[in-house]
Amino acid sequence: MSLSPTVTDLAQLKDRPAVARLMAWKSEAVQGAKFDRDELSIYVGRDLIREACALLQSDAATKFNFLSDITCVDLYPSEPRFEICYHLLSHTRKERVRLKVKLAGDDPSVESITSVWPGANFFEREIFDLFGIRFEGHPNLRRILMPDDWEGHPLRKDYPVEGYR
Amino acid sequence: MPLPGIATLDVTENTMILNMGPQHPSTHGVLRLLLEIDGETVVRMVPDIGYLHTGIEKTCEAKFYQQVVVLTDRIDYLCPMTNNLCYVLAVEKLLGMEIPPRAQWMRVMLNELTRIASHLVWLGTHALDIGAMTVFLYCFREREEILRIFEMVSGQRMMTSYFRVGGLAMDAPLGFFEKVKKFVDIFPSRVDEYEGLLTGNRIWIERLKGVGHLSAEDAIALGMTGPALRASGVDWDLRRDIPYTGYENFKFKVPVSQDGDVWARYVGRVRELRESIGIVKQALEGMPEGRIKADAPKVVLPDREKMKTQMEALIYHFKIVTEGFTVPAGEVYQAIESPRGEMGYYIMSDGTAKPYRVHMRSPSYANLQALNKMCEGRLIADVVAAIGSIDIVLGEIDR
Repeated sequence: MSLSPTVTDLAQLKDRPAVARLMAWKSEAVQGAKFDRDELSIYVGRDLIREACALLQSDAATKFNFLSDITCVDLYPSEPRFEICYHLLSHTRKERVRLKVKLAGDDPSVESITSVWPGANFFEREIFDLFGIRFEGHPNLRRILMPDDWEGHPLRKDYPVEGYR
Repeated sequence: MPLPGIATLDVTENTMILNMGPQHPSTHGVLRLLLEIDGETVVRMVPDIGYLHTGIEKTCEAKFYQQVVVLTDRIDYLCPMTNNLCYVLAVEKLLGMEIPPRAQWMRVMLNELTRIASHLVWLGTHALDIGAMTVFLYCFREREEILRIFEMVSGQRMMTSYFRVGGLAMDAPLGFFEKVKKFVDIFPSRVDEYEGLLTGNRIWIERLKGVGHLSAEDAIALGMTGPALRASGVDWDLRRDIPYTGYENFKFKVPVSQDGDVWARYVGRVRELRESIGIVKQALEGMPEGRIKADAPKVVLPDREKMKTQMEALIYHFKIVTEGFTVPAGEVYQAIESPRGEMGYYIMSDGTAKPYRVHMRSPSYANLQALNKMCEGRLIADVVAAIGSIDIVLGEIDR
């Protein structure tokens, strides 16, 4: 099995249900898409992520009813620095999709999706704790893994792997 | 000074805070729970985690791809093989690598043995929490057999690190399949023994039935996966629905129950024990011959014989060990059905020999969120039953 080339052209991915549904809803919601290693990633506008999640969750054509995971990648020193990845899963269609949101390095924040999936609570707290990204509208945005009085966010790339800062 | 986390609970006149853990025997590790109680009824529960946080995701970024396998054992010490598998599958997906059938079947077989070992620890400790001491000893007797099998194949009882990117560390030793066969033959009768101790036991039934109820909607909304999701009536198993590493070649049933209580989770896991041993049996009977490593000299270590005779093989060996192997840039999310639910690895590669980002979506972490829902309005004694029923491992939660 050799790697098939990555498709990054939005026009070629238009017929994928998740892309098509988001485009039909608001064309500015989809900033880009990528199909790589059998996985579809969609870049969603920062202000629209909660509504996009709610749409994909309830829409009959997509039915991404389950939130598998939320995580974050720090692309330091490039900008926009952070990428939040939402991994959605559809139990009925047996398909996954990855929504991505790009966030700038200074005061990164994004809307919380706990109102769509309450299970996002811990994942968002973890990202807040380890990356320092604020989730607007999160019911209990406190540190979860590190001690409450910890300084800094360990999974940022400018945080050293060993030794004192 | 108030305990950390307590400030988030506003206690009313009728309620008080009870601190449970982190050194409580029934919290399965170092889980701390803050219970707001009204008499003996739990009004609210706030889990406090992080006591075992060791920054494994950060450490991964500083290691070669192969070195990370060793770290994946340590996040969930009860099912090392499934963690190894999920990680190597993710890296293999990044590399676009094809794995020979024998390696795949070995992986399936060892994964199911891991599932059995993990479920046995769960059953033993769950029963112990509820007051049935004997079951623990019986469960650990069989678990010991599985650990011996692991030791035989990988040299380690618990931290196996047996799977490699591209296949297995080495082929099964002489007498290995006979040993597994012997275990497969005795195990179903041993499950009957556990069931004989518990399933008809009136105290056990009283403690489990109707306790810790969770509806299917809540389970999905809260990100629940694994046996606990299936006990709530959602027919979902990644092994069957999104097969990986050759699970599509095996026949097994997925136990689903509509009850959604602790009892349903108990029954579901015991049935899984029987299904898993069936898969091990199928793997034993149909084990293909052939290589156990993919044909990828730049990624997979060469055979020892070749190293002794071929210069090129020696060079590859030296390069892989000292410099690691590079992985094409990209990102993948690979999920498997671990004994506790959906274990997922998100790996981003920037084209170097070290992963740019490794994220572990651990099932226990998400499952823990449902605990509050299960315990609200129930008695304190039921909290212990509910914790046992979601089968958490704190190493995996805190990472």
